Amino acid sequence: MTNQKLVEVKNLRKHFKMGKKQLKAVDNITFDIYEGETLGLVGESGCGKSTIGRTILNLYQATDGQVIYKGRNLQENLSTKDRKYYQEKMQMIFQDPYSSLDPRMTVLDIVSEGLKIHRPDMDKKEMSDRVYDLLELVGLNKNHAKRYPHEFSGGQRQRIGIARSLAVNPEFIIADEPIAALDVSIQAQVVNLLKELQRDRGLTYLFIAHDLSMVKYISDRVAVMYLGKMVELTTSEELYEDPLHPYTKALLSAVPIPDPKIEQQRERIILTGDIPSPIDPPSGCSFRTRCPMAKEICAEIVPEWKEVKKDHYVACHLY
Amino acid sequence: MTDTILSVENLDVSFQSYNGLIKAVRGVTFDLKKGETLAIVGESGSGKSVTAKSIMQLLPKKTTVINNGSIVYEGNDLLTYSKKEMEKIRGSEISMVFQDPMTSLNPTMKIGKQVMEGILKHKKISKKEAFVRAKELLELVGIPNAEERMKSYPHEFSGGMRQRVIIAMALASDPSVLIADEPTTALDVTIQAQILDLMKNIQKKTGTSILIITHDLGVVVNMAKRVAVMYAGQIVETGTLEEIFYDSKHPYTWGLMQSMPKLHQDRSVPLIPIAGSPPDVSKLHDGCPFAARCPYVMKVCHNHMPDQSTISGTHSVSCWLQDERAPHVEKPELGGNNVDKSKTS
Repeated sequence: MTNQKLVEVKNLRKHFKMGKKQLKAVDNITFDIYEGETLGLVGESGCGKSTIGRTILNLYQATDGQVIYKGRNLQENLSTKDRKYYQEKMQMIFQDPYSSLDPRMTVLDIVSEGLKIHRPDMDKKEMSDRVYDLLELVGLNKNHAKRYPHEFSGGQRQRIGIARSLAVNPEFIIADEPIAALDVSIQAQVVNLLKELQRDRGLTYLFIAHDLSMVKYISDRVAVMYLGKMVELTTSEELYEDPLHPYTKALLSAVPIPDPKIEQQRERIILTGDIPSPIDPPSGCSFRTRCPMAKEICAEIVPEWKEVKKDHYVACHLY
Repeated sequence: MTDTILSVENLDVSFQSYNGLIKAVRGVTFDLKKGETLAIVGESGSGKSVTAKSIMQLLPKKTTVINNGSIVYEGNDLLTYSKKEMEKIRGSEISMVFQDPMTSLNPTMKIGKQVMEGILKHKKISKKEAFVRAKELLELVGIPNAEERMKSYPHEFSGGMRQRVIIAMALASDPSVLIADEPTTALDVTIQAQILDLMKNIQKKTGTSILIITHDLGVVVNMAKRVAVMYAGQIVETGTLEEIFYDSKHPYTWGLMQSMPKLHQDRSVPLIPIAGSPPDVSKLHDGCPFAARCPYVMKVCHNHMPDQSTISGTHSVSCWLQDERAPHVEKPELGGNNVDKSKTS
């Protein structure tokens, strides 16, 4: 990890129209991703974590705000050539290894699809060689190239998805719940692979997940989201040692630890109530309806996003 | 506490398919005691849900073959019951909570009516009484304004709320056994904590025995006192929570624990995954099904299934490493909270 900013997200908003109302999936979020780091993004379903990933890649058009990649604002009108360049540098790995691969394409076609677009001058031989290399890199082999997705297990499919994302030599990869659909014993294989690739190729990851222990393990820094807003961002050690936001605390304490002795001694914070609808979020701080520490001010004023300790950002009236 | 309420013995469940018989569950044996919680853990395809469904006899009759074993509930073998007799047991004595709260409720029926349906089925009471009972149940599982919410349809409820409704329905006639098949897998962590808490509170109040089926070792620790680990249709190890987490003997159990990062784990230590992927249960050979992925595999493992060895009164394991002729293997560091880097890297 260096101190060079690779991606700067500034006041990003993504609102969806829902009839007459607006769903604020991403509501005024600002953060940076440094070169070579893994930034974990956690939150419960519907908090907008996937929407952030997709908006950064321009799969969704941002409603407002900027995504700056190496100093260049991607929300501006870019020429087709520039757009292609950035599409090449930023790739995505999807959650569901079953629906993210076209069942009618062979692995060779799937992995080389990006190459066909971004390296039109590559000949067939070169291309298939490149695919074989990639397959080997992710722990598959040459013989797999002629097969179709249904012939593979979930873990192997996820490896194909990773190979596809690496085909065009990206610098930045958004991994959206890449292990959520996999069995425990397979999850570790894929996580180790992602870490290895990062080390060997200097990749930068935005790792979106809901599994806190895995996120802590893979990420350098972790951002926590709740209802379209970022509530806390800090290094992963700091987040687990000294969580500040009441939501982060509750989230951490809700994760059951697979160790009977520790589990017996733990005091669990159980949040009452459900996550409110993002169409009609509570006034002020959106967490206040479930927050055990809520005060009057929380209903009135949206808490500011501020750095309360070095590299430790939080949006809460308690700090 | 020590009386057995449900005992499954030597259960074999197979399915007919184009590729011949698929042996989904092979020789599964376990006891569930009164008032206790037993967890069955395993990965997808290990046969844990099939075991649960065969207790409830919810498997498709046409293609399911149960050619061996017994499921004894309070002295009677459920496998010999007729469809009618089974209907009396199902939902009243033994009930089940399913994984997906989104699909296990009828979307066209009001919540109140769905809860009352189960009550009216098993108890000869008037609709009015059933309504009162349904309201009590929904209050018990923590649904605010229960009377009001009974008029809602399932789509107006969140996932956690729906799972509460399903638990309420399962509890409708005070079952003595509650089978929960991945009850929190589809839920967010903070909601998962609520539901697990709810199930524990209900157990305290009603003394129901719970059989919980899950792939999440964290949930196991939170809920259960005893654990059975399943792999490829067989129970490979069973013991108390402490025995499984601190003194496990089966390499698969070790592998499961090693492949999970702990909240306090050092990030520079790589995870130790289990190599390969779970076997195809339609193509099993005679030996130990874990042999192909086991780091301690010996010749014998490929051809002969190990017998069950008893470690203590509550702890048993099926592994050739327990044989006196096998080399002594030290249990690896299971990546607990004080990971020794030199050993694991």
